[in-house]
Amino acid sequence: MSTAIDTPPATTTPVVAEGKKQARRGETLSGWAFAAPFAVLFFLFLVVPALYGLYLSFTGETLTGSGGKLLGFGNYAEALQDPDMWHSLGNTLWFTLLSTVPLVVLSLAFALLVNLGLPGRWLWRLSFFLPYLLASTVVVMFWSWMYNPKLGLINGVLAEFGVAPVAWLQDPNVAMISVVVTTLWWTIGFNFLLYLAALQNIPEQQFEAAAIDGAGKWRQLFSIVIPQLAPTTALIVTLQILASLKVFDQIYMLTSGGPAGSTRSIVQYIYESGFTGYRFGYSSAISYLFFAIIVLVSLAQYRLINRRSAA
Amino acid sequence: MSTYTLSRGFKKQTHKPGENPWSVSRIAALLVLVVLGATWLVPFAWAVLTSLKSEADAGASTISLNPPDGFSFEAYRKVLSAGDIPAWAWNSLITSVAITFITVATSALAGYAFSRVSFAGKRWLYAAIIAAIIIPPQLLIVPLFRQMLAFDLVDTYWGIILPQAFAPAMVLILKRFFDQIPVELEDAARVDGANRLRVFWSIVLPLSRPILAAVAIFVFIGAWNNFLWPFIVTTDAELMTLPVGLQTVKSAYGLQYAQNMASAILAALPLVVVFLFFQRHIIKGIATTGFGGQ
Repeated sequence: MSTAIDTPPATTTPVVAEGKKQARRGETLSGWAFAAPFAVLFFLFLVVPALYGLYLSFTGETLTGSGGKLLGFGNYAEALQDPDMWHSLGNTLWFTLLSTVPLVVLSLAFALLVNLGLPGRWLWRLSFFLPYLLASTVVVMFWSWMYNPKLGLINGVLAEFGVAPVAWLQDPNVAMISVVVTTLWWTIGFNFLLYLAALQNIPEQQFEAAAIDGAGKWRQLFSIVIPQLAPTTALIVTLQILASLKVFDQIYMLTSGGPAGSTRSIVQYIYESGFTGYRFGYSSAISYLFFAIIVLVSLAQYRLINRRSAA
Repeated sequence: MSTYTLSRGFKKQTHKPGENPWSVSRIAALLVLVVLGATWLVPFAWAVLTSLKSEADAGASTISLNPPDGFSFEAYRKVLSAGDIPAWAWNSLITSVAITFITVATSALAGYAFSRVSFAGKRWLYAAIIAAIIIPPQLLIVPLFRQMLAFDLVDTYWGIILPQAFAPAMVLILKRFFDQIPVELEDAARVDGANRLRVFWSIVLPLSRPILAAVAIFVFIGAWNNFLWPFIVTTDAELMTLPVGLQTVKSAYGLQYAQNMASAILAALPLVVVFLFFQRHIIKGIATTGFGGQ
């Protein structure tokens, strides 16, 4: 470190103070010049719509712009008594639970397997990661075909074993599982990569020391690897819960939220209230209710992670 | 120099010396990997196989690996001559490149300001950006769509691009990276009279190429594959991006399964090919930005 050149002298003459003020103004000017392109987009396409949405949520605004008068908390009260809203919210939470657990546990298992240094490493990495690069539409096209009741590969293979065909996307008891399986296939690559990168940052010496102490492979897994991965796991769980709560694409395209609303997510309900029901105000109110849940989840995670790292 | 190709984030790790490379447990692990890897490739393989069949064979109710009509590229020819897919791919490319370019440029500039310049209002803006990271864009679709109507940007490229062309998380990632660059490197240039923009352009940016590439890759993949916003803001079939366009026709193909799969494969192809060429960079980019997102 060089000695700071711009340390203020003990006594500043008026001229120097004036110069400093000017310098500060210059800094502010150049700071904003650098930040401005981002700040403008951020303001126009995030701050404005967030505030505008909040305003809309208190109105009866529709597509045509009629009925845009202030309703107070009318939309919120309606949403809280709307069985479809609760059903969609329940589906979303159920999907989040069903998808987060395997997306964390299996991605770790896959990363551990690939990290063993067995032959064909790049190929395993490729096959687990490749689906992550696909657009939701492509994923849905592949899987609608896999799940096709009459012609799909899954029922075809099951038939070879004498199993009766399953209505993967049409049976309300199965549809959510099918959506979760598709999601697992599609997105596991991201968590897998994060775990793989983290695994390779565990210092080799730790394993050597453990091996000298006579710790077996499984013992090493539970006493070194998994504890070392704790920060990564916390990050992955956080990102995964937030991603799962926002599910829309694959459900909307695989099942349209059916059968009988059994897979409709909250984002789909927001979309439908706004863009097929044309109730912009009501849709915005549900958005804000859902946002409140996301904030609560984020705060809870933040506290959990901080408590853990403090301990 | 095999360490060079896989180092930097993904070093190649093989069995340790003295350990039997073909112990029973390693063979068992390999078998599990083979089964899992194959399972993960099945949906691709099945789609490719279907796309190469005739429509009659694809719609036959038995799973056949050896269809009576044989294999051909007929379905691809039909899909491509129908004409929409190349146009949608072009729309996807234009919008994704624009989104990536604007996002990287604005995030780098803002990240630099947060890292190096002390300006009035900095703390407020920074706090706003951090708070914004938890706002899911999905929740803003209704007000954003109203705004687009007001700006007359519905059914335009800019309507697709602008709401996706900034990323608060990327500003934070880049700020953190710039924080690690020694200020002394810039001080020398500044003493020589170079202004901030010049220092940023000729000293900071060249040092930041890897992280800029990582951010660009991450943003590009997200933009190329994004569905909900382009789906909402485009109704004109000529302006649709690939994911949105495919969604509108996938039901129109009806029972033409071979063509349906051919169009899915065509849509998947560009990113898959890019990935095969730049695998190492892309994986590293995803891992870096994934970790940096917090």
